[in-house]
Amino acid sequence: MSTAAPEPKANMGQPIPRYDAVAKVTGRAEYAADVPLANPAYAYLVTSAIAKGRVDSFDLDEARRVRGVIDIITHENMVKLKDAKLFSNGGYMSTTVQPLKSADIAHDGQIIAVVLAESFEAARDAAHRVKVSYSTMPPTASFDSQGTTAAGAKGQLAQFKEDPEVGDFAKGFDSAEVKVSAEYETPTQHHNPMELFATSCAWNGDQLTIYEPSQYVYGLKNGVAEQLGVDADKVRVINAYVGGAFGSKGSVTPRTAIIASLARRLNRPVKLVATRDQGFTIATYRAETRHQVKLGAGRDGKLLALRHDGHEISSRPDPYAVGGTKTTTRLYACPNVASMVSIVRADRNTPGFMRSPPEVPYLFALESAMDELAIELNMDPIELRRINDTTTEPIKGKPYTSRSLMACFDEAAKAFDWSKRNPTPRSMSDGDWLIGYGCATTCYPTQMAPAAARVRLQRDGRVRVQIAGHEIGNGAYTVIAQAAAERLGVPIENVSVMIGDSDLPPAPVAGGSNSTASTCSAVMKVCDQVRQRLLKAVMPEEGVINRAKETVGVGRTPVTDAAHGDQALDREKAFDALGVGVVEEYGEWKPEGAPLDSFHAMYAGHARLIGGPEFGDKIAYAFGAEFVEVRINRNTREIRVPRLVGAFACGHIMNPRTARSQLMGGLIWGMSSALLEATEIDPRNARYVNDNLADYLVPVNADVPSVEVILLSEQDDQVNPAGVKGLGELGNVGTNAAVCNAIFHATGQRIRKLPVRLEKLEI
Amino acid sequence: MRSFSYQRASDPQAALQALAVTAAATTPLTEASSQPLAGGTTLIDLMKLDVMRPERLVDINPLAGNWAQVDLDGGNLKLGALAHMSQVAGHAEVRQNYPVIADSLKLAASPQLRNMATLGGNVLQRTRCSYFRDVSYAECNKRNPGSGCAAMDGFNRMHAVLGTSHQCIATYPGDFAQALIALDAAIEITSKSGPRSMSFAEFHRAPGDTPAIETVLAPGELISGFAIDGRWPRSVYLKVRDRQSYEFALASAAVALDLQNGVINDARLALGGVATVPWRAREAEAVLKGQKLDDALAERAADAAFADARGRQHNAFKIALGKRVVAHALKKAIAMEI
Repeated sequence: MSTAAPEPKANMGQPIPRYDAVAKVTGRAEYAADVPLANPAYAYLVTSAIAKGRVDSFDLDEARRVRGVIDIITHENMVKLKDAKLFSNGGYMSTTVQPLKSADIAHDGQIIAVVLAESFEAARDAAHRVKVSYSTMPPTASFDSQGTTAAGAKGQLAQFKEDPEVGDFAKGFDSAEVKVSAEYETPTQHHNPMELFATSCAWNGDQLTIYEPSQYVYGLKNGVAEQLGVDADKVRVINAYVGGAFGSKGSVTPRTAIIASLARRLNRPVKLVATRDQGFTIATYRAETRHQVKLGAGRDGKLLALRHDGHEISSRPDPYAVGGTKTTTRLYACPNVASMVSIVRADRNTPGFMRSPPEVPYLFALESAMDELAIELNMDPIELRRINDTTTEPIKGKPYTSRSLMACFDEAAKAFDWSKRNPTPRSMSDGDWLIGYGCATTCYPTQMAPAAARVRLQRDGRVRVQIAGHEIGNGAYTVIAQAAAERLGVPIENVSVMIGDSDLPPAPVAGGSNSTASTCSAVMKVCDQVRQRLLKAVMPEEGVINRAKETVGVGRTPVTDAAHGDQALDREKAFDALGVGVVEEYGEWKPEGAPLDSFHAMYAGHARLIGGPEFGDKIAYAFGAEFVEVRINRNTREIRVPRLVGAFACGHIMNPRTARSQLMGGLIWGMSSALLEATEIDPRNARYVNDNLADYLVPVNADVPSVEVILLSEQDDQVNPAGVKGLGELGNVGTNAAVCNAIFHATGQRIRKLPVRLEKLEI
Repeated sequence: MRSFSYQRASDPQAALQALAVTAAATTPLTEASSQPLAGGTTLIDLMKLDVMRPERLVDINPLAGNWAQVDLDGGNLKLGALAHMSQVAGHAEVRQNYPVIADSLKLAASPQLRNMATLGGNVLQRTRCSYFRDVSYAECNKRNPGSGCAAMDGFNRMHAVLGTSHQCIATYPGDFAQALIALDAAIEITSKSGPRSMSFAEFHRAPGDTPAIETVLAPGELISGFAIDGRWPRSVYLKVRDRQSYEFALASAAVALDLQNGVINDARLALGGVATVPWRAREAEAVLKGQKLDDALAERAADAAFADARGRQHNAFKIALGKRVVAHALKKAIAMEI
């Protein structure tokens, strides 16, 4: 595997090393739990051992006797917090279950007590000595358990707006010559970021500072303020780095307001680092899903009918669903489409977004079904995609702003040596190993949200950019620095970036792959404001200013061909003309078509994401093609993946190095999701069994000997000023299906239920 | 984790003295209030999970001067209990003469763990049963005798199909012990009453009615080392698992063969990942002895090894898988160029 950063192609930025690389590899990067606090008390959570019922009583005597214990908080002595709405229903919260509010227990691992002590060790020791008596009711664990209730997602979940349909599916399916009808299942999965769910809260008078890894500091600040009933302007969230999140740190979990209220009560800082297994139940997860897909096509491979019905598990109180039919119904040209998403309630914690929330389970189903259709048609699966490729989505006939799907297939197929594939299943082998090649489409909606930024330029060319973005491993520091350096025409070393602090100008949630597009568009806009002020000082004529605004960088010659005749701005002269030391500008940016209340919502911690299928009269997606080689040992049935190849087209690539890293991680996770990852639920008690990293398997280096990421050059001027189509979630969407398609090719066996474990193979 | 006291033992006598406990003779070793600390890779884990609650840890790492040797002496192998897994796995002569030992160690855990964990601690490694390791499950006969077994009808994909009882189906998780069993190793034990040596095959105890008692080691005793007679260059360890590295076996086989003119003169076979204890497959060995290996014989041996196996809801696949692993391991051992 090549480790060099890729060479930039047309419409790509430079592959500069990560802004935060040295800090991270030397351990200097300060994560939330690393921040030193003055005389903190340590919190340790006690969580329920049952999924449904109530706490009858606590026996706290032995726990209280542990030296160093300060207090033990249960529903009996907890201050009342205000109820807050679910993130996906217009609020902030990951769940509407409010622990410690009453004796009731709504799910496994619910917080039922908090031990406060002078040390982490004392708090943990005491927590282990808390004895709880429960009244247990039989819980509903999942789809096949007794007591589930199901209903359509539409109408009960604000974020789920439509069950897309067009034409007459039944008629189209009936008339189709070739049909596929199949059911698919994906398991419960947990994000398991390396960094645990930590929260430190410190009050200074009526000012609260929260140190917590978050993908949305403005959401966290406003959500906690709402729960505590305090002014949001008096709450500050700080997290310079987030040690992985993948969606789990996007919404506000109940722990934060609990810790904040205990810090207020104790009048000293309180620090919590929840354990790995607690992380499975005090935050969100990817719920298990079931799908029925029906495809009807002519002998020529053209789709005539497509139906996709999805069922998703959610908790009793909260109607969460990812609802990926908005994508799967629009991916290919098809005149007759129907779909329906249903939510099935069980006694579980509320699920939430997890990297590529809707597309991962829903494209697994569709892209597996497409492979099955290709088999039925005796057609190359790439050709089937080509025949059904489209420049307009079929539901409303809106044009894609750009779509390089087939170019991605062609590039990836070439790199993968797809032409060497014998299409007959079970036809390729190497010694004891059966070999299978598989591929699938990947796509992800291009989304943006309003953002604001403050940019300061000094006379000496140094720049400071402030924006409450989030470094979740996505390269936020780096691409924001690049956007400012390019726009202001200064060396990248001149730019310092401050993010991860809710006292900075607001940025949206680092989710839905909107971060780079939103933050860079805002930063670029504010950089332009800086340039205009300087230009006005030295070029007072309006016409010149407008021309210069388009073409002239600060302190270097213009970059575009059209601008060759223009003069570069002399920065020092402009500063002297203005008679100031620094030029600082604050500005807000919102995407085209953003709702009127976007800026207001932005400050209140509500991200109004625009894009994907809901982008005015257009539709915006990033695309890719993913190829997998699997090897299955005839003797032992071990499944290995020696090669992953993906080609992706995502508009302007800010930084090929960080982009490649994101996509590589996505490919690896996709393989992991297909073969390894599943949270096992004990159906008798609705509890997670393998709630640790020894039993919840993720790949190790030996599992991924070769991953190749190909970045295609693509230009899209319609999506946003940065021309960026987010790619953070693109990498792991198609991989599940590509792995199963490769397994079919290797063995002739179609696996429709993830993960694929060796006992499922019947070779 | 509960608070505990820590003591460093400067020599074996001091260690034995510190470990001497007043607990009743029936107390399982793992429940003793004083526990020896070597690599700590199992013990500290289980203390953090509140599964083990010793009041005193006796650090025996200072004894490594006496107990960490790797000696190939006169055609026999002696291994000290405090030798690290990585040290033995990477030992050139061990690799050459006892590949089954080197591979069983190399294929276990991660480099970091192998650098910390000792051989003595390795064979005492406790089960990975999720219900055992999570004290919020009340039912666990191993952790809480008489409370029941949550795994029996719970999620039991990783659990044992051999050597189970109505009380416990927890899998013995290690790898090295299978190699020791296959090589008919002796284990050396030191106590206040002096050293003793016994067959390693007798060391672990199947759960039966007392799953809390996992070995014959008594409180106050220490493992000092292992001894293996002869050299076994024709030996292999085959381990099948969900991912390529850093994972416990779904099924594994340790095979050692003495081949003369293509005929199996002596065969040793031990199974891992499928049994409650390191499992010697004597019935399979009997099938093999005096025969030439072909596909049919390998299959017969594999069938014999799993004749008494009993699967449950999620782990029944281990019977078929285990048989394939045995057959494949035998073929690999035969094919070795010695």
